Amino acid sequence: MTVVFWICAPLMVLGALGLVLFRKAVHSALSMALTMVCLAVLYASLSAPFLFAVQIIVYTGAVLMMFLFVLMLVGVDTPDSIVETIKGQRVLAALGALGLLGLMVFSIGGAVTAPATTTAAAEAAAGGNVEGVAELLFGRYVWVFELTSALLITAAVGAMIFAHAQRTKPKLGQKERADERMKAYAASGTHPGSLPNSGVFATSNSIATPALLPDGSIAEESVSRTLTERGVQLDSAQLKQITADAFAAAERVGDEEDEEL
Amino acid sequence: MIDHYLYLAVILFVIGALGVMIRRNALVAFMSVELMLNAANLALVAFAFQHGKLDGQVASFFVMVVAAAEVVVGLGIIVSIYKTRRSTSVDNANLLNR
Repeated sequence: MTVVFWICAPLMVLGALGLVLFRKAVHSALSMALTMVCLAVLYASLSAPFLFAVQIIVYTGAVLMMFLFVLMLVGVDTPDSIVETIKGQRVLAALGALGLLGLMVFSIGGAVTAPATTTAAAEAAAGGNVEGVAELLFGRYVWVFELTSALLITAAVGAMIFAHAQRTKPKLGQKERADERMKAYAASGTHPGSLPNSGVFATSNSIATPALLPDGSIAEESVSRTLTERGVQLDSAQLKQITADAFAAAERVGDEEDEEL
Repeated sequence: MIDHYLYLAVILFVIGALGVMIRRNALVAFMSVELMLNAANLALVAFAFQHGKLDGQVASFFVMVVAAAEVVVGLGIIVSIYKTRRSTSVDNANLLNR
């Protein structure tokens, strides 16, 4: 018990400090996982195997995974701002924490003098730790247990309401979209079909290459507006030149071979 | 021996309180609250061991259940705030302040 405590306790304190001090929330979550696993081991050393299992399943399994999921949802790479909105908040917080620590340490110091009774007797009376906890849970605390189920259902319903997003506009189906295109065609003559796709030249088939119309001009619609505005649209005249050069070179080689024959 | 566990619980609780006070990221502040709950759990289990009764372990179990429900609702609130404000900083949730 002593050995387990002195291995786990420093790790837990380190994990807790990491949780508070790491700039990135993912690192905080991982160091919290370390603390939780060590806490489970301490439960086992305090002869509470049921809580050991529950701690690992509920905290490292469910709660931390949910924290990580939400971190992925809201963006992993957003570091905390270090701007103090309240002046001297950090110093005051540290002073307050020190005061709290002193208060609690002095109230605990010397509070426990008798040697530990240990739960061995209670467990032996019930026939085991899990049996003993179950006897209390479904005996003396059965009403609290029922209330817990009500709490869990309420929390689940609440989370569903939070996650529910109300639609502000009706969803557009295929028919509505087709009708809209035909209306636009009737009103302004916009072509109702699909847009022309990007051009293919001998040296490039990228989506940034515009398609050419029969008269050699560029089909504006064939390249995404975003690419055009970003200035990455490839110059079709230049590409045509490269192709023409390549063909000219090939023909010259062909001519030379003809001469050699 | 048990007083060592209690001191550890106190240290974890204070670190958690410090985290709630100084961190601006709502998620990290929330994790610090979880740490405080777990510190209280450790004290409960340690006292159960000291007094030789299993009631402390049952209380600790209930704290875990309540903490799980709290995480569900709290993370739901954080996600819905993020949806409208594009930020998880607790400084940005100031609609009631105006």
